[in-house]
Amino acid sequence: MPESIVSLIDVEKRFGSNLVVRKMNMEIQEGEFLTLLGPSGCGKTTTLRMIAGFEDATSGIIKVQGERVENKEPYQRDVNTVFQNYALFPHMTVFQNVAYGLTIKKVPKDEIRRRVTEMLSLVQLAGYENRKPDALSGGQKQRVAIARALINNPKVLLLDEPLGALDLKLRKQMQIELKRLQKKLGITFVYVTHDQEEALTMSDRIAVMNGGVIEQLDTPREIYDRPKTRFVAGFIGESNIFDGVVRAVDGDLLRVECPAGMLTTRGQGFQVGEEMHVSIRPEYLEVGTGKFEGFELPAKVKDFTYMGTVVKTALDLSDGTEVKLSRFEQDARFREGDAVQIFWDPDKSVAIKKAQA
Amino acid sequence: MSTRINDTTDLQAISRKRDLRRKTIPALAQAGPVSVWMILFVTLPMLYIIYISFMSRGVFGDVVYEFSLESYQTLLDSIYFKVIVKSLQVALFTTVACLLLGYPFAYYIARKPPAVASKLIMLIMIPFWTNSLMRLNSWLLLFQTSGPVNTFLQWAGITSEPVTFIYTDPLVMLGLVTNMLPFAVLPLYSTIEKLQNSLLEASSDLGANPRQTFFRITLPLTFPGIFSAVILVFIPSLGIYTVSDMLGGGKVLYIGNIIKNQFGSIRNWPLGAALSVLLLVITGALIFLYTRFSKLEDMEVV
Repeated sequence: MPESIVSLIDVEKRFGSNLVVRKMNMEIQEGEFLTLLGPSGCGKTTTLRMIAGFEDATSGIIKVQGERVENKEPYQRDVNTVFQNYALFPHMTVFQNVAYGLTIKKVPKDEIRRRVTEMLSLVQLAGYENRKPDALSGGQKQRVAIARALINNPKVLLLDEPLGALDLKLRKQMQIELKRLQKKLGITFVYVTHDQEEALTMSDRIAVMNGGVIEQLDTPREIYDRPKTRFVAGFIGESNIFDGVVRAVDGDLLRVECPAGMLTTRGQGFQVGEEMHVSIRPEYLEVGTGKFEGFELPAKVKDFTYMGTVVKTALDLSDGTEVKLSRFEQDARFREGDAVQIFWDPDKSVAIKKAQA
Repeated sequence: MSTRINDTTDLQAISRKRDLRRKTIPALAQAGPVSVWMILFVTLPMLYIIYISFMSRGVFGDVVYEFSLESYQTLLDSIYFKVIVKSLQVALFTTVACLLLGYPFAYYIARKPPAVASKLIMLIMIPFWTNSLMRLNSWLLLFQTSGPVNTFLQWAGITSEPVTFIYTDPLVMLGLVTNMLPFAVLPLYSTIEKLQNSLLEASSDLGANPRQTFFRITLPLTFPGIFSAVILVFIPSLGIYTVSDMLGGGKVLYIGNIIKNQFGSIRNWPLGAALSVLLLVITGALIFLYTRFSKLEDMEVV
């Protein structure tokens, strides 16, 4: 296990009476690409800004490379930030922007020239040295911002929704480029986004945040396949979530009763009578007529939506909730309004503990 | 072939006509009234002033329409020259003082939430709702020989005799600074307010301490505001005569007073006009410098 490069220990942040980050504990490993993912207002940007030093933690300990930094100003910390709106200095050229950190450190002129040139070619902006930020496109500004932050050889690069202002196509391209850059340089990236797809594509690990708390910190695969909380199951990808009560336990096979009927899933550590949630991805949902072992979920086909690569089918359960099913092709057996039964392979669904209130 | 060419020229003529109707007329309607106003009440009087500055003065104080450079030669006389230099010095002092006082204040306001900021701006505006003569008179009352300031100084044992404040240069400068401060604070505020906080954060993030951030980021980016403040303070303090008239009691002479006197009691219009032209030239030079050093779009704060 590599050293942790950033540690947050019981970190809290309060704005007035508003607790934005609660008792957060997180170890960020050297060289990893870690994403803080969550809806707006979940405290992800505040967490990033506390690591950068723009916000003071109300309580708790923040360490960078084992050294406490809570009382250090941003300019005394070995981390650099790529801002959401780029924050390029408008009165300076691309060269001067990128050189800024080195100029401040009074690095000799020819070394600055050498390193800036090197950095600009790394982000594919060679030849743009004398442009002003005004004369750059969004993607180019982004590259300048990245180059400017990387030239100081930071231990950790903090990125606050850096691709938020770019259009979809450019964003996808920059995602791949950023990931390659990170691998090539081996610098730890801490990346903030509310875009779950972006998080899944780029990250080594994702911290899913909600209400100032990390709900789950895991690899993208684990987060997607084994969500630990109801929130994570609902936030990452699409999911059908059933709230129910365990009625029978047979090894790791659970029989669960929910308002719409009975279902079966796998899960460990559950007791009979326990309230819990079951999450099943739309691509694993099955539909048929007749009886299915362990399931009794009558539903009615509501509509089909063509999405390009997949066709989504919406179905209404007997309690009125809607479930979604996705397939590459529309199921020709059914029409809107047909009465069907829903089931799935219990291995594919995830049993989630009910959160302690 | 030839018909074709004719067609296109016809089309061009039509489109030109349409352009006239579509663009020129609305443009005239929008800019016309202001242009007429400016020409009638600014340009023409200014041209007249320039014109009579090259005329001579009659025996009875009338303007004799004969070309002469006498007025400009008079400007180089030691007395007038001294006054001009002194006026420039005082205006410069006022400008620097307004910048030094106004910048931190504008910065402070600009970093406050908008609701608080607008109240603070009000605070600086309120004194200007009172008549300027009233304000100047209250300075006189405060600083006169038996006024509160002298009473306090004697009570505190700082002086044993009353200090003569009124009708001195320092009091005039004090009056000028207080009079001009809002003209420095407002343009400064408007540029500092536009300064994105993330730029300052970025600077700090890249290793610059607050002092380096100020000199490398804040100051250059608020330069348009500084220059606007300089123009808005320097030019009026060079020409204003009410302050030096009241607080200087006529003993302290600046360009403004002399111009006023030339057009008034002394009745030497050509000399007054020549002095006015001098002010115009200084003003013009400053604005020229301003447009050279900053982009035209930043002019909005002036």
